[in-house]
Amino acid sequence: MEFIKRYLPIAGLLGIVIGVQLLTSATDTAYYLTQLTMAAYYSLLIIGLCVLMGYAGQISLGHAGFFAIGGYLSAALTSNDFSAYRETAVMRFMDTAGLLLHRQSLYGEPLLNIQPWPACIIAVVVAIIIAFLLGIPVLKLKGHYLAMATLGFGIIIFRVALAAEFFGEADGISEVPPFQLFPGVSVTGDFSDRVQNYYIAWGLLLLGLVLLLNLIHSRVGRALRSIHGSEEASEAIGVNTARYKLYTFVISAAFAAIAGSFLTHYNGGIGPSEAGVMKSVRYVAIVAVGGMANLWGVLIMGILLNFMSLRGMFGTYDDAVFGVILILIMLFAPQGILSLRIRNIFRTKRNDT
Amino acid sequence: MLELSAVHKYFGGLHAVNNVGFKVAPGTIKAVIGPNGAGKTTLFNLIAGGLEPSSGTITFKGRPIQGLKPHRVASLGMARTFQNIKLFHGMTALENVMLGCHIRSRSGFLAGMFNLPRTWKEEKDIRARSMALLELLDIAGYADVEATSLAFGQQRAVEMARALAMEPDLLLLDEPAAGLNIYETAEIARLIERTREMGITVLLVEHDMSLVMDISDEIVVLSFGEKIAEDVPDEIQRNPDVIKIYLGEDEEAAV
Ligand SMILES: Nc1ncnc2c1ncn2[C@@H]1O[C@H](COP(=O)(O)OP(=O)(O)OP(=O)(O)O)[C@@H](O)[C@H]1O
Ligand SMILES: [Mg+2]
Repeated sequence: MEFIKRYLPIAGLLGIVIGVQLLTSATDTAYYLTQLTMAAYYSLLIIGLCVLMGYAGQISLGHAGFFAIGGYLSAALTSNDFSAYRETAVMRFMDTAGLLLHRQSLYGEPLLNIQPWPACIIAVVVAIIIAFLLGIPVLKLKGHYLAMATLGFGIIIFRVALAAEFFGEADGISEVPPFQLFPGVSVTGDFSDRVQNYYIAWGLLLLGLVLLLNLIHSRVGRALRSIHGSEEASEAIGVNTARYKLYTFVISAAFAAIAGSFLTHYNGGIGPSEAGVMKSVRYVAIVAVGGMANLWGVLIMGILLNFMSLRGMFGTYDDAVFGVILILIMLFAPQGILSLRIRNIFRTKRNDT
Repeated sequence: MLELSAVHKYFGGLHAVNNVGFKVAPGTIKAVIGPNGAGKTTLFNLIAGGLEPSSGTITFKGRPIQGLKPHRVASLGMARTFQNIKLFHGMTALENVMLGCHIRSRSGFLAGMFNLPRTWKEEKDIRARSMALLELLDIAGYADVEATSLAFGQQRAVEMARALAMEPDLLLLDEPAAGLNIYETAEIARLIERTREMGITVLLVEHDMSLVMDISDEIVVLSFGEKIAEDVPDEIQRNPDVIKIYLGEDEEAAV
């Protein structure tokens, strides 16, 4: 019974995902798939942040930083030339393990890159390690102190991306190669692979959603919500609140890094704006609009708002729109936009007139 | 079971707990009484790990526990309720009690995310165990009601059920009858005695004297942070120092 209640909506969503793809191919509007694919990757980050904020009750204004760690490391390792380090022990080991890619530049010089799979794994593992090291001291803080500390982390990552030659400075990294997941299945922005990539992104998002839904309905999820409810009582029943917060922080960082890595291969590049603080604010705003402790609501808003933003519907006010959304939600619907009942809105109107 | 010796706690200049020592024998009910502000709740927080003593030792089942985090103390087998009920808001009565089973279950993050069969089974056990406790406390009908929206007496019962779900060796109750009517108080008294019959040692703070005299095996009296008496209920009732404190309080109340 409970099984059905949890997984039926996921089957429904899968149906919609397939339906949308068929519809776009029938109506010759497959170009929508590009933004739907990107929106799915951003939403992967956002549902991870949702569990951290809505369930464990910890804010992070640094998640664009974890996204950037995933994206930038994947990009740099698969695109930068490492032939200067050819003779180092690490490189020789990776070469024999088949983790390197030997190419030639346009002028016939040998180029040495790391294969996308190991690059992606390195990127995500680095994000996880940084989340651990950052989380241990920072999660001792509460409320706006935690917000400030994670904001500081986000700014550091942004400045590093902007300043490091390894990460392409202000230009970022372009011409990132496709990420071959299996033979014949690659994460790439190639038009001919558009449908395939739509399904890769949504498959990954659905997988992430299932994992997180399972988590919040488990013993651990209950314990996370109890921390939100009363940290003191949560400790008293034996929940190691510090550890639970830390693990949730790390999981959400891993989701962000995976999203960053995949989206970078899909876009064929990444720039410093992806690491920007405004991106982090945007993710927090979307979690708030979706209702914080409401994974489905956050997912829906994540897809919708990212899609609208990527279609350019907010024009040059893109960032401002998300700032305004955040303010309005905090003022009028702290439980998220889906909590506003249409009937209630009408009722207030009638009273006014 | 529990032993305190020469425990002190200062809050800045305030000597909230002053050289307190006593033992709680396994299988007994011990009460701590004293006027408002005597340091009873502070003492509970020192025992349960919310506060660290300024000096002194606290041993639980032969192990020193002073300064441990509350969750560590809880997992050693100590449960507590709070003077100002602390239920988890946004969660049902049943979920609150299920949380009491936290230390008696295992599934971690990965098991939860992948919803392994063993997690599934464990979850079913927890649910059944928690329902049984709600039935024991006569509040099974409210299982799916948000706990913080229940009537006061029922909230106390949920908190008690949550503590019992931990299957503790020692249960700390901070004013379990506060705010309850005489019928509910009688229920709580019965329940505390049943708790002892289950083999759980009880340490409680309570202002309701008839309840304390009825069910306790031994009583510790605190005043301004100091232990001024420790004895069986009959002797405590005859103790001139204790009478003075409580008469003094009555006189103040009369003014
Ligand atoms: N965290 C704290 N910081 C500073 N002073 C405190 C703190 N906690 C308690 N106190 C003070 O310590 C003294 C003892 O308080 P405590 O709450 O332990 O009393 P109590 O015996 O439980 O009283 P009551 O019967 O009202 O519950 C009081 O004077 C109180 O103001
Ligand atoms: Mg008290």
